[in-house]
Amino acid sequence: MPLLGFIFRRVLQTIPTIAFILVVTFILVRLLPGDPASAMLGDRAIDADVQRINAKLGLDQPIPVQFLYFTKAVFTGDLGNSIGLKLPVIELIAHRLPVTLMLTGMAALIALLVAVPLSFVAALNRGGAPDAIIRGTFQIGLSMPVFYVGLVLLTVFAAKLRWFPVGGYGQNFLDDLYHLFLPATTLALSLSAVLMRNLRAAIIGVVGADYVDFARAKGLRARVIMTRHVLRNALISTVTLFGLSIGTLLGGAVITETVFAIPGAGRLMIEAIYGRDYPVIQGLTIALALLVSFTFLLTDIVQAWLDPRVAR
Amino acid sequence: MSAGAVPIAPSAKRRRALPGTLVGAVIVLGASLALAFFPSLFAPYDPTAFDYNAIMQGPSWVHPFGTDNFGRNMLSRVIHAYRIDMQIAVFATTGPFVFGSIVGALVGYVGGWVEAVFGRVVDAVITFPFLVLVIAIVSVLGPGLRNMYIAVGVVDWVFYARLVSAEVRIQRRLDYADAARGMGYGHTRIIFRHLLPNAITPAVVYLMTDMALAILLGSSLGYLGLGAQPPAAEWGVLIADGKNFMTTAWWVSVFPGIAIVITGLGFSLAGDALADLLRVNR
Repeated sequence: MPLLGFIFRRVLQTIPTIAFILVVTFILVRLLPGDPASAMLGDRAIDADVQRINAKLGLDQPIPVQFLYFTKAVFTGDLGNSIGLKLPVIELIAHRLPVTLMLTGMAALIALLVAVPLSFVAALNRGGAPDAIIRGTFQIGLSMPVFYVGLVLLTVFAAKLRWFPVGGYGQNFLDDLYHLFLPATTLALSLSAVLMRNLRAAIIGVVGADYVDFARAKGLRARVIMTRHVLRNALISTVTLFGLSIGTLLGGAVITETVFAIPGAGRLMIEAIYGRDYPVIQGLTIALALLVSFTFLLTDIVQAWLDPRVAR
Repeated sequence: MSAGAVPIAPSAKRRRALPGTLVGAVIVLGASLALAFFPSLFAPYDPTAFDYNAIMQGPSWVHPFGTDNFGRNMLSRVIHAYRIDMQIAVFATTGPFVFGSIVGALVGYVGGWVEAVFGRVVDAVITFPFLVLVIAIVSVLGPGLRNMYIAVGVVDWVFYARLVSAEVRIQRRLDYADAARGMGYGHTRIIFRHLLPNAITPAVVYLMTDMALAILLGSSLGYLGLGAQPPAAEWGVLIADGKNFMTTAWWVSVFPGIAIVITGLGFSLAGDALADLLRVNR
């Protein structure tokens, strides 16, 4: 089973990544002016509290020991308490992250649904008018900042036409889908552009391959060739790209949630920055980075499963 | 040459017309630079002058892009924003480009365990959601463009280093590299005079994309209040200024956004044109 071996090696590779994430977030909070305890407690901290926190966080210890304390705390799920909301950071994240996951998941789905058919149209009409129009439109889409797309969609489809709610989050699953449609579309635009460009090139490459000629010679119908032979092979490189885009998507979610007033992890991040709520900023940075590295791991495994050559 | 098959095709092909992408890129970026260096020559009004007799007026001959809630001329504000946004494009990317290319050349030349370690660093860095990390760093260092450049620089050099190291690794095995070694040249000379000039193309092409991304990032931070600080005219800040009037005075936010899109397209065209040109020369 080369796949199992590949998974094992790939999981080992995430260890330095996680170590890097911890080091960066550890340094981040130490870049703050003053000691972390004062920063964590805010302006009205009293000395006793500062000393208590310093002792609790091990801040009276040497830096390497502090880092071990920090690592241990992160692995036990203790990300400290929010200064503003007086709640454990881990609880806040657990409460807000699912909203963000739903938003990014929807965006990814929309991006795929848009990119796959359009990339076929573009690739099969290579050099023609449909190709030029599709590529031109996506190029403009790539040059638009997320917040601008969101603002325009919000104004046109929610405020003017009233087809969608102006923002916020739903009461149940269907209501969530309805509330998140515009923000997810906003977020999907640049991803679909990236996927379209890659898929188009991949399809053009695959269509000329010998096994596709062979399938045609066997007399298989065009649709079967396109879905079973062309799409499957063209999607392999797209899976990796998809994984690599998750970080961008989460970054975009921070902005989209702000524009549409969605109570997700991204909005929490911005609120924490305005409120100088450093434990929340630190906790979210760790959580989002871990999420991305987990997605990378997953997409690499999926790719190895789709294309056994990768695992070797 | 009695037969009519005179081979005119190759030479005609070589002296083909300038590629459309290059013409487009030169026009858009040339105009952008002109506006960035001499905004006062083109802006019809003082971008900060209040005019309480002309508040929130729609586009007209007097105010082609309309006016904002203080009666400021939006065309002048969009033009003056070119200075800051073009600055963001250049300042955010130049440091990472230079530093990343040098590191990439060294890593690609040395190879071995240095390259293996570098590979792990790259993996770790691309794991961070870029925007989240930049926002986190800016939130710690404080809002403003200088801190944004620092935050971008921490991460961005990795992409250049990866591109250059991959290319140097190929170049160092070619005959001319062997020849340079045979001539007894030192490592520094081989790396920077011979390999790097031949390996820099992908990084230069990426630099154009990266400048467009820098403007997107800078305007996003400006919109969130973490980048350029008002009253500075920056496209993201202008869009944020107008966001509450979108239904009544769309022009305040819409025109700065169009400026971002056009500039971004200009950089994309420049990237395509450079990729074409540099490939032809090989």
